[in-house]
Amino acid sequence: MSDLNLAKQEPVFNTNKSMVYVLFGFLGFLILFPVLSPSQFLLHLMIMIFMHAVISQSWNIIGGFSGQISLGHGAFFGIGAYASSFFYVEFGLTPWIGIIIGILICAVIAILVGIPMLRLSGHYFAIATLLVGISFQVVFQRWDLVGAASGLWIPLTSEDSYYAMQFHSSKAPYYYLFLIFFVIIFFITWLISRSKLGYRLRAVRDDAQAAQSLGIDVAKHKIIAFAISAMMMAPMGSLFAQYILIVDPDRMFNFEISIIALLISVLGGIGYVWGPLVGTIILIPLAEYARIFFGGTGGAVDLMVYGIVLMIICVFKPSGIISLLPNHILHREKKR
Amino acid sequence: MSILKVENLSKSFGGIHANQDISFEVQPGEILGVIGPNGAGKSTLFDLITGFTKPDKGSVIFQDQNIFGLRPDKISNLGVGRTFQKLKPFADQTLLENVMIGAFSKENNQKVARDKALEIIEFVQLLEKRHHYAKELSTGQRKRLELARALATDPKLLLMDEVTGGVDQKTIPGLVELVKKLRDRGVTVITIEHNINIIMDISNHVLALDQGKKIAFGQPKEIQNNQKVIDAYLGTVDAA
Repeated sequence: MSDLNLAKQEPVFNTNKSMVYVLFGFLGFLILFPVLSPSQFLLHLMIMIFMHAVISQSWNIIGGFSGQISLGHGAFFGIGAYASSFFYVEFGLTPWIGIIIGILICAVIAILVGIPMLRLSGHYFAIATLLVGISFQVVFQRWDLVGAASGLWIPLTSEDSYYAMQFHSSKAPYYYLFLIFFVIIFFITWLISRSKLGYRLRAVRDDAQAAQSLGIDVAKHKIIAFAISAMMMAPMGSLFAQYILIVDPDRMFNFEISIIALLISVLGGIGYVWGPLVGTIILIPLAEYARIFFGGTGGAVDLMVYGIVLMIICVFKPSGIISLLPNHILHREKKR
Repeated sequence: MSILKVENLSKSFGGIHANQDISFEVQPGEILGVIGPNGAGKSTLFDLITGFTKPDKGSVIFQDQNIFGLRPDKISNLGVGRTFQKLKPFADQTLLENVMIGAFSKENNQKVARDKALEIIEFVQLLEKRHHYAKELSTGQRKRLELARALATDPKLLLMDEVTGGVDQKTIPGLVELVKKLRDRGVTVITIEHNINIIMDISNHVLALDQGKKIAFGQPKEIQNNQKVIDAYLGTVDAA
């Protein structure tokens, strides 16, 4: 057989069988975890891991896949949180539908904001997203309809309720909610990364002019990536609002959310599907334990941990922790 | 009937006329060589035709359609491919992925795009390098990569900016052979080329530019004996 035919018969993707088993084993462990561990703190820690993994994956879509650095992604988190909470508080609409409304609102806002902003290149796009992120916080601090600076207090149900998405007796239902979104969003990202869209986004990131010469509408692809990214952020805001049952501008539009999304992605490895997960698994437990260990001495210890870990990575492994993995696990295509 | 008809195409940057009233036609299936000293406006002409620079005035008719001032991706989708003088490979992706991105311009199916990319990679004789990252390839190989990537979009007209520039002597004959094979595939080619021997060898027609203006157009033999060309282009080469 000719070399060409042999090449054509190679698998399109180098899906490593043992990696698939590891993934499913891992997923099985995650499903059983609440049964195995009665500790509410561990459940909380896992919830934070799921949430941050998705937040940074959302950032990875626009920052890693399409190469546009966003510093205001927390805005979509806040919008998602406010959307589901507002419709529940005002109209008694179940947060299940509220989450979907939040996703749609974020998509529309991303497209409207993205059309003018994504024309800006490099640093200017980053600055614009920073300003947009801050201005959303300012607007919500003054917007009476959504409670202005004091925010919205979600009325507590007397018992656990799936309709109201409130669970007071255990964190386990929240754990599963976050787990479901985590799995779905990582699966979608995995699909995108090996699809036509994924290839074209990487082309736009690596060289916009070359991409154009191959018929790729650069502006359109950046906007698509921005919208997908925003749509992934929204449900995390909604779920977090249900988790703490209060939404206020300082918490939901916190600048820290935008920064952490970026930090985790950079730490884990920008542009890799599993980069955000690796970054989260290392950073979030470190930060949570640091917070506990140093107790009341100051709220900024976790941030210092971020800073130190990030400096180490920037100096020794700028392509992220995930790039320490062997090539055959890391890469989409076989390399000989 | 011509595949490309350029009329009075002009572009100035500030006070400099990079291209001034340039007109020519390209026949289907031919190779047109574009020559001229540095700064003659060859690359600008390519950028104007492919939409990477907005022209000031004139018209560019590709297959009966005016593509003057269209966006580069639209022009590419209509069937005008190009390579760049300063190579622009997707460095962190494999050769195969680079060419697949080109193939995705006409194909949606992953497997179909991949098969097509592999066939083109074989055509440019780099099959064994398909899983290498673009940044690991030599300059000559990266020229082939760009060519393959552009070919994967099924262009009817391909503009190649300095195919043989910056590669070592041994690599040149293979690249020249490749350009001829392109013509055999039915692709019309416009190529910028500094090596006058290559131009005389492969071109059906030659367009000579100097200081943003067309100074001659015709068959290679005529161009070789054209006094303006000798003064402007060949003359300066001799002097240098």
